[in-house]
Amino acid sequence: MNAKILALVVFPGVAAAQGFAGLGTDAAGFSVPQPDPVFDFPTDHGPHPDYRIEWWYLTANLEGPNGTPYGLQWTLFRSALAPDAGEGWTAPQLWMGHAAVTTPDAHFVTERLARGGIGQAGVTATPFAAWIDDWQLAGTFDVARMTASGPDFAYDMDLTATGPLIFHGDAGYSVKSAKGQASYYYSQPFYEVSGTLTLPTGEVPVTGSAWLDREWSSQPLAEDQSGWDWFSLSFDDGSKMMGFLLRQTDGSAYSSGTWIDPESTTPYGDGAFAATPLRWAKVAGRDIPVSWQVTLPERGVDVTVTAINDAAWMDTSVPYWEGPVTVTGSHEGQGYLEMTGYE
Amino acid sequence: MTGTILTALVSHWWRNPLQLFTLLAGLALATALWSGVQAVNAEARASYDAAANTLGEGQFDQLVAQGGGTIPQATYVSLRRAGWLVSPVVEGRLNGVRIVGLDPLTAPGGLGPIRLDEGADIGTFLTGRGQLFGQQSALDDLGDLGPDAVVSPDVAPGTVITDIGVAQQLLGLEGQVSRMLIAPDQPINQVALEVAAPEVRRQPAQGGSDIARLTDSFHLNLTAFGLLSFAVGIFIVNGAIGLAFEQRRPVVRTLRALGVPLPQLIILMALELAIMALVAGGIGVMLGYVIASLLLPDVAATLRGLYGADVAGTLQLRPVWWLSGLAIALGGTALAAGGAFWKLARMPLLAGAAPRALAMAAGRRAVFQGVCAVILLIAALLLGITGTGLLAGFVMLGCLLIGAALALPVLLDRALALFQSRTAEVRAAWFWADTRQQLPGLSLALMALLLAMAANVGVSTMVSSFRLTFTGFLDQRLASELYVTAQDPAQAAELQDFLAPRVDAILPIVSAEVEIAGLPTEIFGARDHATYRDARAFLTAAATPWDAVAAGEGILINEQLARRSGLVVGDAVTFAGRDLTIAATYGDYGNPIGQAIINEALFKTLYPDITPLRFGLRMDAAEVPAVVAALIDDQGLSADQMINQARIKQFSLDVFDRTFTVTTALNVLTLAVAGFAILMSLLTLAAMRVPQLAPAWAMGMTRAQLGRFELIRAVLLAVLTAIAALPLGLALAWALLAVVNVAAFGWKLPMFLFPMDYLRLLIFALLAAGLAALWPAWRLSRTPPSDLLKVFSNER
Repeated sequence: MNAKILALVVFPGVAAAQGFAGLGTDAAGFSVPQPDPVFDFPTDHGPHPDYRIEWWYLTANLEGPNGTPYGLQWTLFRSALAPDAGEGWTAPQLWMGHAAVTTPDAHFVTERLARGGIGQAGVTATPFAAWIDDWQLAGTFDVARMTASGPDFAYDMDLTATGPLIFHGDAGYSVKSAKGQASYYYSQPFYEVSGTLTLPTGEVPVTGSAWLDREWSSQPLAEDQSGWDWFSLSFDDGSKMMGFLLRQTDGSAYSSGTWIDPESTTPYGDGAFAATPLRWAKVAGRDIPVSWQVTLPERGVDVTVTAINDAAWMDTSVPYWEGPVTVTGSHEGQGYLEMTGYE
Repeated sequence: MTGTILTALVSHWWRNPLQLFTLLAGLALATALWSGVQAVNAEARASYDAAANTLGEGQFDQLVAQGGGTIPQATYVSLRRAGWLVSPVVEGRLNGVRIVGLDPLTAPGGLGPIRLDEGADIGTFLTGRGQLFGQQSALDDLGDLGPDAVVSPDVAPGTVITDIGVAQQLLGLEGQVSRMLIAPDQPINQVALEVAAPEVRRQPAQGGSDIARLTDSFHLNLTAFGLLSFAVGIFIVNGAIGLAFEQRRPVVRTLRALGVPLPQLIILMALELAIMALVAGGIGVMLGYVIASLLLPDVAATLRGLYGADVAGTLQLRPVWWLSGLAIALGGTALAAGGAFWKLARMPLLAGAAPRALAMAAGRRAVFQGVCAVILLIAALLLGITGTGLLAGFVMLGCLLIGAALALPVLLDRALALFQSRTAEVRAAWFWADTRQQLPGLSLALMALLLAMAANVGVSTMVSSFRLTFTGFLDQRLASELYVTAQDPAQAAELQDFLAPRVDAILPIVSAEVEIAGLPTEIFGARDHATYRDARAFLTAAATPWDAVAAGEGILINEQLARRSGLVVGDAVTFAGRDLTIAATYGDYGNPIGQAIINEALFKTLYPDITPLRFGLRMDAAEVPAVVAALIDDQGLSADQMINQARIKQFSLDVFDRTFTVTTALNVLTLAVAGFAILMSLLTLAAMRVPQLAPAWAMGMTRAQLGRFELIRAVLLAVLTAIAALPLGLALAWALLAVVNVAAFGWKLPMFLFPMDYLRLLIFALLAAGLAALWPAWRLSRTPPSDLLKVFSNER
């Protein structure tokens, strides 16, 4: 049986989150996010096995010695077949890792799958460690070492958090549709990064910044949502912005955003954040919008977001587009763009 | 014009439907036996391949434990965490079924042959009750173990695939993996294998399977059987075609006189034969399918018993043997008709039809045949003395069989001449003379009978000798009444304490893998005990071999190792830094590799890390059930940790009985073909013989008497052929046991004789010949007197 089909079946939650609406969207037996969450750290940096789906999702904008921009992704997904932690082979917790490095003219991607319960993959809160096979993100949540490797690339990065955790939506309760689907969602967007990329052309020392998303839920998308476009942008003036569109099958979209500046964090509900495709490119046989006009009028944001490499296609079991972007217009800067559900 | 010629040619067959039937039936039978055997072989090989490639072993390198055995699951996890993309596999047997447990998330081939639409539910497979995928028969054998059984026809026969967690639990291998598959694309920066997991070793992907190599000889024997049957069939076809061509000479002469060019005639006749060959071949392949599907369950059981090879018990239609069946029918026809066409092409235009030509030509041919026979038999003898290797063995068998078949008519003629010269009474003298006269026409059928009987004697002698030797060998080898296997050293210690007061002796069984004389060898440490001293028989031995072993100076080696290394008793071998003298060699049937035995104390010194986990227990046979029950109830042993000696022996005997079923079925079939050949020869001869019988009838012999003579003659010729077949069959058996076996397996089997079997075979052969002659004889006794009278009125 094809490994990709298998992963789709094994990771219905991820598949759904990535835009495969209709797969495993019921939350039978699993806990469901409730409003007014109270987080307990460091415990909540660890896994929540009674929720169907969870991720530790890190993206980084890096720069080489000659000014070349690089993008980097390190992601660990947890998907539960049943709401209990379990032990040994029968533990219903399954893990999937994605790692990628994007250069202006190449995109390297690799994937790992593992069973929970035997020690091959997992996350512990104290001491903080998230791992699958030889990949890991470990240390403390604020100072960590991150590694990953594939057949044609590898990286080894040191991360240091220079700011607080940011809670999206209503204090970390992030609504995903008008029908009330929601997730718990917080980020650490203030990592400073330095380390080495190992590419087919040789080793490259890099520095830059990284953004870690933590999110867990049991029913991430509504039935009529076909995919999402997610933006994390860091402006040169020190402010940051997260915004996403959840596309509806009828052509409309549900939007949400978070404005982050050194003084405060402001959430924005449906309609405030807007994004419109400017240019489409043929990527992996699909039409993908690789340049966007992004606006948040209440903060005077009207920028053009453009992919550094159009071909940042994640050819993984659950395929999607994920890559570094540059930002021009009312604000200058860089960031990451993730687009799912483009058939 | 072509149509007219064809009509003229084909009209022969309408006038001689029996000949047409002989031709078609002979070809169909030959093809049926050949393609039946081929089908069995093909099915078995397909099963080996499927089993060997259950998880794509052919494509992927593997990691296995350095010294054999299982690998801790923790090693798997630490390898993954060191950047090794490996996938764990747990394998074992339960209720005779091979259980393969895999981890679908890391397996490079995914779920292997399982398809999602076959009812795979990943949730249940991974974390629920579990799912077992296999063919219906394997699932039935396994019984209800808890997990859901899902019928999956693509899984190899006798194999069940399930999740690794389920397999570990079913097999009692929690926390263990049997081996790991290495994914083809590995990440950069991975830790070296020696550092990450020094306890494992990399084993390259294997193209073929061990089972395929191990069973090659078995299939070679089957193929030889098929070929022999085919040869017998071709004898029949050759006879039928020769007769038909002989009888069609007048037609051919007339057609050519009318201006039909010879090439056109030959092409048309060849076309006619080719069509018949295809029709007969088609029928034959279908019959072969029936034969194969009847044989396969027993062949499968034999292969499973002898080699542990799982073979599907049901047959699949494979296009390749349809084609090969038709091709062999065409080829066989061409072979059988070649001579006839040669004669036809050289026939003078105006040569008359010569009804006696067959008999006359036979005289000239006999001389040539005799010379060929002598040359072939001498070649067989020379090969028997000097030849080595499997090929030489089979060439020798071929020379022996064909040479003997060719010599048969000459020998029979000499024998009949001898009888004739000793007879004074007129009717008896006529009987002998008439029998000699008929011999050329019957000789092909008798050759077929000879080959069938010789094969029968040879193969049944081989199989029976093997059975006798093997059961005797099992008595020696399985001298203990019960064998137990502990899971770990702690349980082993407990077991020994528990068993000490309950049994007569506890004999630990320890082994290690070493190289002796450059050959992989399993070395055992044996306790100095009467069990071994009394039971074990040696092939060659020094004066007191067990004393030498007990002193730590001697070593016993098996026959395979002795033959392959050329070592003999008295030679010194060195391993693990010790010099030991070979004290004896012993038979070790069924084992593909070398084996050696040293003293238990010496073994402990050489391999201090190896703790015995297996034990042979000596006790009164009647106490075995009680001890087994105590071990299960008090020590919590599972049934598969114990092997009851009596049960193993019964199992082996069952296996042999299955083998006998297969060989008996093949023997009956070849005998039937030979009987059929006799019937057809007698029937075709009957018409030609009327002119010779008419004078005897005219002189006062009744038709009933003539019929009786006919019957007696057939039985007599069968007896004479049987007498010739016995030594030939014994020679065949000797060649199989002493030449082919040694070359194929590395051991020589002693040959035993089974006179009662041969007597039974003789009776069968006489029965077959008698039955075959019954109808022609009856027809003869009912020949209308007018037909006999016509002989004189026609005054040919």
